[in-house]
Amino acid sequence: MKDQDCEVVFARLSEYLDQELPAATCEELVRHIQDCAPCVEFVDSLRKSVGLHRSYRPTDDLPAISPTVKQSLRETYRRMLEARASGRTD
Amino acid sequence: MNVVGHKANAAQADIQLARDLLAGKLEAFDHFVTAYHDKIFRYGYAMCGQREDAEEIAQETLMKVFENLGQLREPERLKPWVFRIAKNACLMKRRKSVFAPHAEVSLDQLMPSKSGDGDGARLEIADWSGLPDHLAMDAELRERLRIGVHALPETYRAVFLLRDVEGLSTEEAAEVLGVSTDVIKQRLHRGRLILRKELDDYLRAAKGTLKHP
Repeated sequence: MKDQDCEVVFARLSEYLDQELPAATCEELVRHIQDCAPCVEFVDSLRKSVGLHRSYRPTDDLPAISPTVKQSLRETYRRMLEARASGRTD
Repeated sequence: MNVVGHKANAAQADIQLARDLLAGKLEAFDHFVTAYHDKIFRYGYAMCGQREDAEEIAQETLMKVFENLGQLREPERLKPWVFRIAKNACLMKRRKSVFAPHAEVSLDQLMPSKSGDGDGARLEIADWSGLPDHLAMDAELRERLRIGVHALPETYRAVFLLRDVEGLSTEEAAEVLGVSTDVIKQRLHRGRLILRKELDDYLRAAKGTLKHP
């Protein structure tokens, strides 16, 4: 995968997969990929890898929020709302 | 529903959540705390590597969110705004910048070799056809991904977590990390290429197969 065109494609594949390329650039990439078996293989493997990693979670063992912390957050929220409301009427 | 449609719906739900929070709806408070505590904990855990640090990051972030929520002028910015606070909490925890620039990994290092020429050209990559589409089916694969993500350079890991795990847009990730959208695209691409290469190496070692031996 060292051809110059392949290298250009290789550098922008994430933008291609994310549909973030300008239309003209995207068309150029698609034209190249259609006729390049190594690029097709690579795009397929990258697409699969990205798909798997999107469902990755650093941990499924999530701690519960303690009632004390939640109460403290609720009070802070209430104070913020009161300050906001008084700011509107002043 | 495709990824784009799912993201659009999630973004719309976040906007409504921000409006409900600012309107003082208590059910929005409960929903926000539960959903974002888990998101921030996972982000903090992946960036800092310690459960205790991640719990403190989640609590400190939520506290700052509720202290300053009245300053949120654009409800559509809720998610990047929260993650920016979380990123700063991570920085304080580490007492050093885990998001500082570092030497970029060269793309050349991540390109697979090619054998043959013309129509006979083939890549030297593993056979990916046996991989499942969902991680839930394969504990060994999940562990391999965990190792790969943990080994990512921190600047790439930060972008990967925001973009691919939490689903932020390129612009939102740029806002969180305080860098340009071009930097986000560059780091995301390198991070993805490193993770792809890790999986390719794993497949070769585990299965002993090349697609084109």
